[in-house]
Amino acid sequence: MAAAVDVSGLRKSYGDHEAVRGITFRIEEGEVFCLLGPNGAGKTTTIEILEGYRARDAGEVTVLGLDPGRRERTLRERVGVVLQHSETWPQITVGETLKIYAGYYREPRNVDEVIELVGLVEKRDARIKTLSGGQKRRLDLGLALVGNPDLVFLDEPTTGFDPQARRNAWEMIRGLRALGKTILLTTHYLDEAQQLADRVAVLRDGLIVTEGTPAELVASSHTEIRYREHGEVKVVETDEPTRTLHGLTSRAVAEGRELEELEVRRRSLEDVYLDLVHEDPT
Amino acid sequence: MSLFAHQVRADQLVFWRGRESAIFVFLFPVLLYLLLSTVYSGEYRGRPNTDYLTSSLIAYGVANTTFGGLAIILVMRRELGILKRIRATPLPAPMYLAAALCSILAVFVLQATTIMVLGRLFYDWHLPEQWPSLFAAFLLGALCFAGMGFGAASLIRSGEGASAVVNVVILPMTFLSGGFGPTTDYPSVLQAIADVLPLTYLVDIVQGVVYDGTPIWEQPTAVAVLFAWGLAGTLIAVRYFSWEPRER
Repeated sequence: MAAAVDVSGLRKSYGDHEAVRGITFRIEEGEVFCLLGPNGAGKTTTIEILEGYRARDAGEVTVLGLDPGRRERTLRERVGVVLQHSETWPQITVGETLKIYAGYYREPRNVDEVIELVGLVEKRDARIKTLSGGQKRRLDLGLALVGNPDLVFLDEPTTGFDPQARRNAWEMIRGLRALGKTILLTTHYLDEAQQLADRVAVLRDGLIVTEGTPAELVASSHTEIRYREHGEVKVVETDEPTRTLHGLTSRAVAEGRELEELEVRRRSLEDVYLDLVHEDPT
Repeated sequence: MSLFAHQVRADQLVFWRGRESAIFVFLFPVLLYLLLSTVYSGEYRGRPNTDYLTSSLIAYGVANTTFGGLAIILVMRRELGILKRIRATPLPAPMYLAAALCSILAVFVLQATTIMVLGRLFYDWHLPEQWPSLFAAFLLGALCFAGMGFGAASLIRSGEGASAVVNVVILPMTFLSGGFGPTTDYPSVLQAIADVLPLTYLVDIVQGVVYDGTPIWEQPTAVAVLFAWGLAGTLIAVRYFSWEPRER
């Protein structure tokens, strides 16, 4: 099956700052793929390169078989976008806004269907400025869907939502998946990735540090061994704690020294992720 | 319906629904016209003041609408992320900008027509003999000031700043360039400043047409200066126009 999105060796710098430092991933058709990571990890830079907003410095990128950097209209016909921040004209209504956007596409979805899909039926004739933040975000999603895209990019679609609004948004994204859309989603919420994604890539400091299904990520959470050597804290992560520990201890015993402050503990996915968020990039 | 017509219609809906833009951009020159025409009912160069004011207030309308209105609309849309969002749709970017231009020109045409009709009804104003030259001057002015509007939108950084910047530029410029009345009594310093302002040249052209019967093609210097301003604005836009918000 053809990949909906194929990225290899992608790099992007802003001045001296390398935002994306060589990442590779592939999204299959019909898949929900999540880029998970803390703020500043390079999620938005990556998704905006795929959306055609930014030029890449290096690497190969195809979206639905085309190069997004060329900003072809045929590609934009087939891709829906929810940006991290964007607003629409405050003075016109939900229905009018969707009708304007529907007019940009050759084969748009029916506007009333879209309004129903994103749950704004009661707000159809309400001006945008009277909508709540969550309702505006749903309209953003409606605008992304009105062109009947094959692929949808969602950049932090639930940031700033209360728990109930997030659950509703999740339901909507599951609905898109049921429609057969391919979805690329960025988030810094672990539970969102676990709830929605078929596959997750964890991004940190512009690199993918781990990738897999949510189940694989949980299974891969390994054991961490910490000790101090020559005054320096050493951390060893391992899937084979018995063997690794045996190697370490027998070497220390043979050399006649102590593994100071030796500590062994099992890490959960949450540990892994929280480390990503809070640790210094060392 | 073609995509271009669709977008112009969308721009018109957004413009007239936005009360601030409709009042400030469309109505303000009309109100000033009524005010000044009522206050200054005398004569200028042996003819009723309405001959001067009708054409000069339309010239002010050119600056206010195609320069100020366009700049404010574009900056607001950019800072709200509307421009960025549009870039993800199949609508071609040049078509979006052309529609914005066409839409603001339509607003100006309606505004100029309103002023002329009010002049006819209340102040006994008549079209000058050289009316094709008058209309050509307004159209040329509208295009040049729109070019400056695109340029200004590219330089203004914040949405809140847009209206302030535009007013601080337009009102003194109109005053100095004779848009609100003849500048023959102004001190020479002010007249020297006026000599570099684009609106001075538009007002000169239209008053040349109205008072001296000089057609637009016999005023090449003023046309060239106006055109140069429009071109400068357009080049600034080509270099600095941004589809993405500046303040994030």
